[in-house]
Amino acid sequence: MSTVSQLQSITLHVNGQSYMVEVEPRWLLSDVLRHQLGLTGTHVGCEQGVCGACTVLIDGQPQRSCLLFAVQADGAEIKTIEGFSSNDSLTDVQQAFQDRHALQCGYCTPAMVVTTEALLERNPNPTEDEIREALSGNLCRCTGYQFIVEAVKDAAERRRRG
Amino acid sequence: MKPVAFAYERPTVLTDALRLLAEDGDAKVIAGGQSLIPMMNFRLSRPAKLVDINQVKELSYIRKTDAGVALGALVRHQELHEDPLVRELLPVLADAAGEVGHWAIRTRGTLGGSLTHADPASELPAAMVALRAELELQSVDGTRTVPAEEFYLGLLTTDIQPGELLTAVHIPVSSAKSYGFAEFARRPGDFALAGAFVALAENGAAEVTWFGVSGGPERRELDLPADDTARRQRLAEVAQELDPLSEPEYRRQLAVEVAEAAYQNARGRRA
Ligand SMILES: Cc1cc2nc3c(=O)[nH]c(=O)nc-3n(C[C@H](O)[C@H](O)[C@H](O)COP(=O)(O)OP(=O)(O)OC[C@H]3O[C@@H](n4cnc5c(N)ncnc54)[C@H](O)[C@@H]3O)c2cc1C
Ligand code: FES
Ligand code: FES
Repeated sequence: MSTVSQLQSITLHVNGQSYMVEVEPRWLLSDVLRHQLGLTGTHVGCEQGVCGACTVLIDGQPQRSCLLFAVQADGAEIKTIEGFSSNDSLTDVQQAFQDRHALQCGYCTPAMVVTTEALLERNPNPTEDEIREALSGNLCRCTGYQFIVEAVKDAAERRRRG
Repeated sequence: MKPVAFAYERPTVLTDALRLLAEDGDAKVIAGGQSLIPMMNFRLSRPAKLVDINQVKELSYIRKTDAGVALGALVRHQELHEDPLVRELLPVLADAAGEVGHWAIRTRGTLGGSLTHADPASELPAAMVALRAELELQSVDGTRTVPAEEFYLGLLTTDIQPGELLTAVHIPVSSAKSYGFAEFARRPGDFALAGAFVALAENGAAEVTWFGVSGGPERRELDLPADDTARRQRLAEVAQELDPLSEPEYRRQLAVEVAEAAYQNARGRRA
């Protein structure tokens, strides 16, 4: 089990599907999601935990996929942006982002949406402070954040109205 | 960049983890990975073998004890921040844990990792010194306990020995003291430029434990006058003894500000 750089077989449960993959222990979850599974909605900005673009949910909790080796996620429930979206329509959170102009280049957007989903799951009626705190680990170089905060408020309201 | 290749072990019980560390002097523990993996991604750290303790579930607990609270090394920062027992008995620790990095860092980073990594700007080592915690260290040779203050030996240096795992901390709880906490960071979630814990005893004795203003936690016992001007002056005198790693004058000024804010926070909790 411990020979250097030998491939190991693991099972990743991603967005409700199970994938058997062979990985080297040193491969980051972010890279395995993108390159082995083709789930390129998870972005990679810094590989040091700072930008937040690679954030996914691990067993329901937001975590940095660049600060986790894929072998460590063996057996865990992983949810990426692809698990929160469909091909033919926008989700309520995505629609709110579009309506409120909460994205420009879109680089930060998948992780913003994933983190927003985790926030609304725990707290359906977040205050502005709680929204800012939850998203403080996701950097956006374009929007200036104000519209993102408004989009999250908007999404929360739409979801509460049902 | 990507990490260099390494061998990977994932024990599920503590005795196996300790044996793996004893067998191979080059093996490194990985807990939350929130300090180690960034360094590996930049190849500043190139361990030959990682012993992953995330599946050693017996290291993951928060328990009330006769003297206070016991915390397993695998407690995540977010758990420490939200746990009802910690909030009730050690509210200052719950508050400080909420300032460690961001939400997605806190759900993964561990108490044991933060305490052994010993970044001079980190909240939790200073919290342990301020709260007079005892750290429990285990190896195949047995268990020893070290007061937090003796564990920190200077910049990124601790008393941990090869083959040892930090397994738990024991924190006494007493109603005779009230504690306050404050820090200053450029953005929320960043490492603090300066932070402080203040302990106020019923008999008027006070202690300030700073972080981010030198190579490690800095605890000072001092009298803190009730008069605002006199108190600031006293804090400024003591802050002169600190040896910040950069921008010394600015950091010492911040040290006074955060200690004052922590003092007010401690007073508020007593009321
Ligand atoms: C963007 C970002 C912002 C951050 N901001 C802050 C902040 O504001 N304040 C702060 O304090 N921290 C901050 N951190 C660091 C974070 O708190 C880490 O969780 C912590 O420093 C290390 O804990 P870990 O469990 O992730 O340890 P790891 O990264 O797994 O390990 C760190 C070191 O400790 C050793 N180790 C781990 N556990 C044990 C153990 N039980 N026994 C013996 N050795 C052990 C490892 O071998 C390694 O050398 C930040 C990190 C990031 C990426
Ligand atoms: S790529 Fe993971 S936080 Fe930036
Ligand atoms: S929209 Fe460009 S980084 Fe956020």
